[in-house]
Amino acid sequence: MSTDSVNPNRRRILNWTAGVVGAVGAGYAAVPFIRSMSPSAAVQAQATETVDLSKIEPGQRITVMWQGKPVWVVRRTEEMLATLESSEVVDQLKDPESAASEQPEFAANPFRARKPEWLVMIAICTHLGCIPSYKPEPGGNFWSGAWEGGFFCPCHGSGYDFSGRVMAGSPAPRNMAVPFYEFLSDSEIRIGQPAG
Amino acid sequence: MNRVIDWVDARYPLMKNMREHLTEYYAPKNFNFFYFFGSLALLVLVVQILSGIWLTMHYKPDAKLAFDSVEHIMRDVHFGWLIRYMHSTGASLFFIVVYLHMFRGLIYGSFKGPRELVWLVGMLIFLVLMAEAFMGYVLPWGQMSYWGAQVIVNLFTAIPYVGPDLAEWIRGGFSIADPALNRFFAFHVVALPIVLILLVAVHLIALHEVGSNNPDGVDIKKNKDDNGIPKDGIPFHPYYTVKDIFGAVVFLFVAAVIIFYLPTMNGYFLEHDNFKPADPLQTPAHIKPVWYFGTFYAILRAVPDKLTGVVLMFLAIALLFVLPWLDRSKVRSWRYRPIYKQMVILFTISFVVLMWLGGKPATATYTMFAQIFTVIYFAFFIALPFVSKWEKPKPVPERVTK
Repeated sequence: MSTDSVNPNRRRILNWTAGVVGAVGAGYAAVPFIRSMSPSAAVQAQATETVDLSKIEPGQRITVMWQGKPVWVVRRTEEMLATLESSEVVDQLKDPESAASEQPEFAANPFRARKPEWLVMIAICTHLGCIPSYKPEPGGNFWSGAWEGGFFCPCHGSGYDFSGRVMAGSPAPRNMAVPFYEFLSDSEIRIGQPAG
Repeated sequence: MNRVIDWVDARYPLMKNMREHLTEYYAPKNFNFFYFFGSLALLVLVVQILSGIWLTMHYKPDAKLAFDSVEHIMRDVHFGWLIRYMHSTGASLFFIVVYLHMFRGLIYGSFKGPRELVWLVGMLIFLVLMAEAFMGYVLPWGQMSYWGAQVIVNLFTAIPYVGPDLAEWIRGGFSIADPALNRFFAFHVVALPIVLILLVAVHLIALHEVGSNNPDGVDIKKNKDDNGIPKDGIPFHPYYTVKDIFGAVVFLFVAAVIIFYLPTMNGYFLEHDNFKPADPLQTPAHIKPVWYFGTFYAILRAVPDKLTGVVLMFLAIALLFVLPWLDRSKVRSWRYRPIYKQMVILFTISFVVLMWLGGKPATATYTMFAQIFTVIYFAFFIALPFVSKWEKPKPVPERVTK
């Protein structure tokens, strides 16, 4: 190859231009490969779960599945809500302010909810992931202290109040987790954030 | 036969490669026990690839079918149990061999110039091997597969800003589920093995370019005879091929004993919880990694803050990459570096103790010990640039010793 008439500057520019154009092309070609690994449309369809609240009676609890996890929706009565502030209950709590627990901003309150009437909570014990039982009646010999009603995990004996706050004497370390949810109307909530 | 070789040789550098890499590759004559582990790592890689291909013939990468298909391999497939246990035991043996191989590089200064690239490529192999082992452990879809994957992928959520999205992208979902299993299968069976084989080839080519180090850390190329052959060198073939074959026989004997009599190594090679199918609604009592990740897991847990823990864990590996530039001593082998020798011993103790702690529950006492040994682990790297500069080495011999 003759190099007599080569203009090195021009050649450098051509090399760089070809390189940059090639890199941009490779970048675009990578997009479908990267995007194909994101949650598919079928998975995204499970990102949120809409729950109809109109058929839930006061004091009733229903369980829905959201992103593969069981979620409780409880319609709490005035009496239930009153227990959350009674000293009988509050004095037993490990983390009454939910400082060390998992919940969205809006649920960092004693009710751990947007609206006190509606409790929405992931039904997994923070100890070893068992699913606690609903024990709304006060009293009961399963709990060593005063039982004003709440949730009790039969696996290793963790007790939670009506807000899913864990009581001292339980092996569970934290309050049960609250997922993100929004009220679409007065009688409908959507759990989770829409994907995309 | 010769005519066939000639025919090939006229079209492909067959004999040239044989000479360069075997019959006229001169390795130092003073190799010891630690020099078995390079060729053994290659042997394990071949065993893993073969047993892996055969497992793929019966395994089903589907969250609904995976666990049962592994049980099917164990019970119904002829010799399926043997091939499966070869593969699962092979994973642990791979790490035993690789850790000893890396230890050899550490004590004899094989990572130092001119072998920095050999070390760097070797560290890349180690990194890919860890990814390969992690994803392979997920495939049986047992409880520990599932929850281990959950914990490991959740580590990425600690990264500021992009963390949660990145974890979601890796999983292909909101939690570990079928999409994650399926892509881990693709990586474990196709992508990473290809990368691994390529890196091993580069590792060997780089090694043969600069030549092997030895327990004395002296450069054998400095003393050559009239034919230009290092006086302390012997051709790899037949001398070291025979030595390595002996090593391979002993190794395979030990491997066979484990495969036949201790395939789970009492929960160390295959954890007991992994014989239960994955259950997203039931966390195992004690989530722990397999033994070979123990060191890094213990460092992760030693730090109360999640992000700092993740950073330290990755740093624990990253610092090994830059070892050739942290060590500023002119002398390679620890035989002539008394202080470096003490440091390496201390570092190795902390590595092994952390490995053990990584499999223990995070009680207050264990966490305290993990913190102490994490400090020792990092102290090695922090002290190395200074100590290596200031340390007075013992006189290094001109020629290799026994």
